[in-house]
Amino acid sequence: MSSTAIAPPAAPAAQDRSRTRSTLPLIAPSVGVLLLWMIVPLVMTLWFSFQRYNLLNPEVGGFAGFENYEFLVTDPDFWASLTNTLVLVGSVLVITVVFGTLLAVLFDQPFPGQGIARVLAISPFFVMPTVSALVWKNLMMHPIYGVLGVLARAVGMEPVDWFAEYPMAAIIIIVSWQWLPFALLILLTAVQSLDHEQKEAARMDGAGPVAQFFFITLPHLGRAISVVVMIETIFLLTVFAEIFVTTSGGPGNATTNLAFLIYARALLQFDVGGGSAGGVVAIILANIVAFFLVRSIARRLEV
Amino acid sequence: MRTTGRQLLLITILGWGVALLLFFPIFWMVLTSFKSEVAAIEVPPRLLFTPTLESYAEVQARADYLHFALNSVIVSVGGTVLALALGIPAAYAMAFHPTRRTRSTLLWMLSTKMLPSVGVLVPIYLLFRTFGLLDSRAGLVVIYALMNLPIVVWMLFTFFKEVPGEILEAGRMDGARTGAEFWHLLLPLTVPGIASTGLLSLILCWNEAFWSLNLTSSEAAPLTAFIASFSSPQGLFFAKLSAASTVAVAPILVFGWLSQRQLVRGLTFGAVK
Repeated sequence: MSSTAIAPPAAPAAQDRSRTRSTLPLIAPSVGVLLLWMIVPLVMTLWFSFQRYNLLNPEVGGFAGFENYEFLVTDPDFWASLTNTLVLVGSVLVITVVFGTLLAVLFDQPFPGQGIARVLAISPFFVMPTVSALVWKNLMMHPIYGVLGVLARAVGMEPVDWFAEYPMAAIIIIVSWQWLPFALLILLTAVQSLDHEQKEAARMDGAGPVAQFFFITLPHLGRAISVVVMIETIFLLTVFAEIFVTTSGGPGNATTNLAFLIYARALLQFDVGGGSAGGVVAIILANIVAFFLVRSIARRLEV
Repeated sequence: MRTTGRQLLLITILGWGVALLLFFPIFWMVLTSFKSEVAAIEVPPRLLFTPTLESYAEVQARADYLHFALNSVIVSVGGTVLALALGIPAAYAMAFHPTRRTRSTLLWMLSTKMLPSVGVLVPIYLLFRTFGLLDSRAGLVVIYALMNLPIVVWMLFTFFKEVPGEILEAGRMDGARTGAEFWHLLLPLTVPGIASTGLLSLILCWNEAFWSLNLTSSEAAPLTAFIASFSSPQGLFFAKLSAASTVAVAPILVFGWLSQRQLVRGLTFGAVK
């Protein structure tokens, strides 16, 4: 099903060329706007990151060399934000992939009301980030009125003031709640494409459910898991709204990730140069992940 | 056939238990939205109460809720329509008339999606300021269209690829030109695919909360930004927060339920189907 089927047998070369010419106007608009969307801000970020540029102090300007980067790497807040970013991404990945895999296997089994149960389980993914964060912060985690606090007192425990005592854990819980359904949805699709005869054969050979999971299901899921890990990483590197509406990066810098640090530098302290240097770091980090993701997707791409 | 009764019971309990646990915060939010502010913070909370719509009425009266909801509709639909208008021709061309460059074009489009938004926050903010686009719906529409264009092209591409080549072949034998081929043969066959692509784009636009928080304040602020205003509350606000959130989440939740199968394809760029 490909180009060979499309090109008519007579004079294939000439036909090909005319086709190419006729489809260029169809592709050009998309490519053009995406090119602008990528190149312009990228070049500007790079440029600003080497400039002395503060919106509050327009007289000071000019080439800064690596000053912004030096300032960035000598700033303890930067290293804290990098650590926070890695802790957030790492924890959410582990939670969503482990539970996502287990739940995918669970929801692959037929049981009464399975369709409705699956719909309920994936629902959190469709809740906008500001709503998830504020509902969790107030209705769930509020130490006095929140459901978790009420439950804790009901069993005689001291309620936890999540955002004061364990702010990062609270953010991790909220973000995991949003992304677990994503992992579940993708992995469930992958589990369902598993050849059931293969499992049947393994069962006949005496493999128990655990052995089947480790030797058949898990290897089959390998690719889907790696796609989930990479796509989630791209999004989790730039978690912003959840932090913005709950902790504003605090207390102190306990929940300031790289995205929030850049926002604070650029739009709260008006330090365009410093914010851009942070932006370049974020772009480099994302590109490391993107490299593997694009390569993995390219392998499956049939044109 | 091989699961025993006890196993089935265990799976049913586990499956429903997990589902209800994950859904609980949404359920609780909807429940709280029908309480009065005083009832919303009652300890212990009551499951049985006289439902009231006063929080919904108050959110509209005090904060002009519909203004923000309308913004959400405009920027989501606008961004989606623009992305589809740009993406359908490109996906069509690449799926049915592939050239040597198609593969790398597709992969390059995908890679633009990997650019972290926070990495280009500073230049986009300054460009928007220069061109007077801050707090404008038009600015957000453009950003959303660009943000979703790679996903839209990819998802459409995978749908178009599934159209049997023979059908187009037959059309061409009958002398259909590219334009006619598209309108009369392809479009009817791929409407479901285009619809699910549009639906995914709508969901992503509706829930987008990075650009909306940073580039809008009041005039063009969609619901994601409006809900964020509850982060610095004054007085009792649990019921009002819940009411505002419920209306903001409900339509997109339904869309999500309807399109869950097709979403996988779009969200993983066709890597998992």
